[in-house]
This record gives sequence, C-alpha cells and structure tokens, in this order.
Amino acid sequence: MATTTIPVTTAFEPRIVAFFCNWCTYTASDLAGTARLAYEPNAPVIRVMCSGRIDPQFVLKALQEGADGVLIGGCHPGDCHYQEGNYKTLRRFRLLKRILTQFGVDDARVRLEWISASEGDRVQHVINEMTDQLRTLGPWHARN
Amino acid sequence: MKLVTVTIDGIKTEAEDRTPLVQVAQKVGVKIPTLCHHPLVEPYGVCRICTVEVHMRGRVRLVTACNYPVTNGIEVFTQTDRVRRTRKLILEWLLARCGHVPLLNTMAGEYGITEPRFGRGDDTCILCGLCVRVCSDVVGANVLGFFNRGTTRYVGTPYDEPSDKCIACGACAEVCPTGCITIDDEAEQIRGELPLGPMTAIYIPTMQAVPHQPVIDYDSCIHFKTDACRVCATVCEAKAIDHGQQDRHEEIQVGSIVVATGFQPVDAQKVPQYGYGRYPNVFTALQVEHMVNASGPNNGQVLLKDGSTPKAVGIIHCVGSRDKNTHEYCSRVCCMYSLKLAHLVHERSGAKIYNFYIDMRSAGKGYEEFYNHLLEEGCEFIRGRVAEVSDWAVTPMETDKLVIRVEDTLAGLVRRIPVDMVVLSTGLEAREDADDVRRMFNMSCSSEGWFLERHPKLAPVSTFTDGVFIAGCAQGPKDIPDTVAQAGAAAAEAMALIDTGQVELEAYTAWITEERCSGCQICVPLCPFSAIEFNKEKKVSTLNEALCKGCGTCVAACPSHAAQQHHFTDAQIMAEIEGVLVR
Repeated sequence: MATTTIPVTTAFEPRIVAFFCNWCTYTASDLAGTARLAYEPNAPVIRVMCSGRIDPQFVLKALQEGADGVLIGGCHPGDCHYQEGNYKTLRRFRLLKRILTQFGVDDARVRLEWISASEGDRVQHVINEMTDQLRTLGPWHARN
Repeated sequence: MKLVTVTIDGIKTEAEDRTPLVQVAQKVGVKIPTLCHHPLVEPYGVCRICTVEVHMRGRVRLVTACNYPVTNGIEVFTQTDRVRRTRKLILEWLLARCGHVPLLNTMAGEYGITEPRFGRGDDTCILCGLCVRVCSDVVGANVLGFFNRGTTRYVGTPYDEPSDKCIACGACAEVCPTGCITIDDEAEQIRGELPLGPMTAIYIPTMQAVPHQPVIDYDSCIHFKTDACRVCATVCEAKAIDHGQQDRHEEIQVGSIVVATGFQPVDAQKVPQYGYGRYPNVFTALQVEHMVNASGPNNGQVLLKDGSTPKAVGIIHCVGSRDKNTHEYCSRVCCMYSLKLAHLVHERSGAKIYNFYIDMRSAGKGYEEFYNHLLEEGCEFIRGRVAEVSDWAVTPMETDKLVIRVEDTLAGLVRRIPVDMVVLSTGLEAREDADDVRRMFNMSCSSEGWFLERHPKLAPVSTFTDGVFIAGCAQGPKDIPDTVAQAGAAAAEAMALIDTGQVELEAYTAWITEERCSGCQICVPLCPFSAIEFNKEKKVSTLNEALCKGCGTCVAACPSHAAQQHHFTDAQIMAEIEGVLVR
C-alpha cells in the first residue's frame, strides 16, 4: 500500500509584540473591539501608561525572544496625556532605529504609530498591514 | 496754633493766625477773584486783582488777599465801591497789555468796563508768573523764567531755545490763567497716541478695581522725573500717598491656585488696511467703550478727535479674528459687544451706524433678540469683510470722511461707504506672557496660546497639574456670563481640594531606589510634572509621589534601573514580553 503523506503546510505566521499607551492606542484597540473590527491576531498587546515608558530594551528583548516585529502605539504629537511623553518616545525611537539597522533588522519590523483613542479602524489597519508585510518578509531569526 | 477771629463781608469766622486771607474767604464761601494765585504755590501778589479792603484797629487799607496774613479782629470787605473801583483800574491796566484774553474780558464785563481807557494790547501773557513758579516750585524742572525788565519783561526758556529739561508735563499750560501757554504740536502728537488713556499720573485703574485705590503711573509721574511735585500727597488729607513705596515679592503658601490671567485685545495695527494709528478717527472698540462710559474721559459722549459729534459710524467686526493672517478662531464676544456699541453710539450721538460683519454670531440668552432689536432700530448691517479704510475721496460726498470699501456679499456689489468714525471690533488673543505663566504652573497651551484644560467636557477647569485650575479668557475667548460660570466652577474645585484635606495619589506612580541611583540626573528634565528633584546632599534624585502622574518616562530612561513604576516595573514588562512570545 502506498502511503500518501499529506504535506502539512505550516504557513509562517509572524508574531508581533505591540506596546500601546493606555490613553490613546490601547483605548483605540478597545474601540476596535467594541466596534467589532476584526484584525489579525498576531499582535498581542502589552499595555503601558505612556509610550514614554517604553524602554528601547523592551524592543530588543522582544526581538531577542523571537518576535518578528514590534509595534509601538502612542498619542498624536501634542495629545499626550502626560504632555510630552510621546516626543520622548520619538526621540528614543530614532536612536533605536539606527542601532537596529546596524543589527540588520529590517525597517518594517519595528514601527511607531500615533493612533488616537478614536481611531479604532486605524489599529485594525496598522496591525493588518504590518502582519501582511512581515508575512512576506519572513521570520526574524534572532536566536540563530 | 493760635486761632484768630476774622470777619469777611459780615461773616464771622475763626482761622489759624496768619493764614492767607484768600483761603479764609474761600472757606466761608466769599468769592475773591484771582489770577496769579494757585493754592499749590506760594502767593505772589502780582496781579493785584484780589484787592480787598481791610479794617484793622480803625485803619482802612487796600491789600491783596492772596498774600495777606489774617490777624485777630480784622474786618474784610470785598465788594465796597473803593474795592470795585480799584479792581476796575487794575483790569483796565491788564487789558492795556492783553486786550483780547477772554477771561479778562469776562471779568471786565463784571466791573462794567465796555471800552478800557488805556486801549487794548495784543499780548496774551499778564506776567503773573504762575507758570514760572509752578515749573520751579511744583514740577521742579526750572525751565521757565522771567527775562528782561520793565516793559520788555517776558516769560520764556533760557536763550529762547526749547529746553531739554522740559518734561512736557503741561503743568504751565494747566495753570496759566489766560491760556497763553499751549502744548506744542509735537507733544500733542505724543499725547494723541493715547487719546483715551489715563488722564493723570495718579488714577484708579478701573471703576471696579480691587482694591479700589488709586495707583501712580511711575513713567508719567513728575515726582519720579524731577523729585519734586508731590502735589497729590499735599492735597491728600488722609496722608495716604507714599512715593517711597517699592515693589515687593511676597511668598504665600496656598493649597490650590486658580489661574485667571485673562486675554489681551488684538493690536489693531496688525491689520494695517483699517488705518488704526494712521487716521485719528479710527478707534478700537475698547477706546469707544471708554468713551461711552459715563465716568470716562468724555463723560459718556461719543466724540471725534476734533471734538465734534460723528454723523456716520462704521463698526468693523472680526478685526484680528477669523483671519488666517492674525487668528483663525472666532473671538466669540465681538459680535455682541459690537451690537452693544452700535446701540450706545447711536443713542449718544444719533449717528447712522453701519456694521460690517462676516457672520452674525448672536448665540446666547437674549442675544438674538438684541440683534433683532438693533435691526428694528435702523442700524445697517452689511455682510462682507472690509477691504480697507481710507481717506481717499472719489466723490464730493466722501470729502473729509473715512471711506470704508467693502464687498456687500448679499447685494453682490462693492460699496464705498463714507463715515466719520470707524470702530474696530478687535478680537481676543492670549496674553503675551502666557507662555511664562504656563511654564510657571506647568500647564499646557493650545497652539493659539490659550491654557489647556485637562478634558474639554469632563475636567473643563482642571489642568494637568493637580491643584491648578483655570477660568475665564485665559482658557479661551468667552463672554462675561461664561467667565463667571467658569470662575465659580474653578473656585468650587479649588475649595473641594482644600476641604478634602488629602490628595488621592495615582496608583501607577514611580519611585527611585536611592541605593541604585547614580545621580546622573537624566530623569530630572524628563519629568513633565517637575516631580523629580536632585538632592544635592545625597547626590541622588528624589521623586515626589504627590506630583507624579505615573507616565513612566523617567523609568524608561534610567540607566541604572533605580527608577521603577508601580505595576509597570522593568521585570514585570520583561516577563510580559516573554509571556506573549511563548511558543
């Protein structure tokens, strides 16, 4: 009897770590939920009070632990609940990007987005878009 | 001081020994004419017009009342035939020098002079020297003096040159009895820039000022220029004026602060096409407001710069609001105050009023009704933004008028409207020093400079700094009812905080472990709430948990992990990252 092996195609699903600020982007993702906006389940969210709390080490740690991408969400410039935390995030993000480029991390893998509390659809759009991009980009092999 | 008994025209009175007679007469209400006399300077007795008859111990003498010191038992007569004859002669002599001075002619009429015996001279100065004495004794500038002698005597400045010691105070012109001294054109121009400003150097800022006390304008007070004057202190019976007062800083410990620093009107010169500052009869609304105020400088009359009443007045709305060149926002109050001014100006002057508006925004209790009332009153409303105000007359009708050129968007044509007076309804803008105040209280500002409330609906009077509340136009343009409502809310919020006696802390505050802190101070400038201070003795940063809002920015920046945040420690977040990435 010839045995047929069914090819198990385990399609690559990127894993994204999302850091959302409590006041804007996290609320926006909540809004996306209450509005029943379905989006890719690839980005579990870690809530922080302000995007200013995001230590660049968190991003490095996530990439090191096997994340294929990191998404940071904060309030629009000028809208920060803590006045200017998001500007500090932006400052750090620019520097972090330079290090990541040197490490060979593709530009699309780490992304900073300003999403206000009312932009649930934007959360949906950004996560879907990023997941799609990372699918084509393939996995990030930090451990190898 | 010894009191003496004096009888003036049959009225017996008591006065201090050696008081000038004219003062005693004034006290009992007997009028003695004077020319060279002024209560603020030493009596001089030069014009002689105050001549009266004094009976003392059987002797009868003619004396000048201004510098005659009263003694016990004197009897004074001010209207005897002899006195009147003497005064008449003095007046005729004065007229022989200054024959056309209105004041002297009025007095001459009182003494029955129709044609003076010695003719009428053309001079205007009677050489009373009041200006000279005021300039030296009161003002302390010592600019004026007498020159030459006898018939060629005159009052002037050294070498007849304009004196650089003159501070243009105008005191000489003020006291001159014949009006022969006038402020020269140049100075008039300087005054012209502030046509409705405070009229004197000491004044009560507004009718509603709290405390209701006069202030001295340091820049225009003569005392601070020449170290003399102090006239206000001389006349103040309560002896309340102290020129030696200095600004002082006081530190007051408070539990909460209400910031109600208000606004400033937009400078009308920022809209040059409306000619403010170029044409004398272009006013800002605030100046007209000052004019129509019954207790203001014009006693409530609406007058042009030349003192005449306007026949047509144009009110231009939205000057410095709803305009990309100045401010894009609507200042909210201008429509209604323009309508109010339209009503008042019409009432006071009977002038035809034109309102030039973009949109009438009369939202509010009773406001639309007021607008309708004005329409019925015959006030004309022209919808369109005014292009320019000029004095360029095209038709004879426009001669000596200000011409407002505007596109009437309802009629669909460009109109030229000649008026006598233009009122610019200037908008509201954030105060110049709003940014300093913002920084002092650690608040935020909108892009236009208004202080930002914590939440437009849920926390409209709170700021991002606990215990600091905002009210009124500092937060944004608003009218008086709204301001009062907001002020009440802010006061209540401030009281609530004080009453509670305790402050609820954020659950997510940060803390700094002193043993780990290297004292690098990276965190100090990062904190938007000024919650972190550097302890110079211990060389570590310390965090005030009452001020910390828990954003965690300092925690993310701390290179030695000394700063941590409750519920969001580095270890917790790292664990979370590991958690979400478990395969």
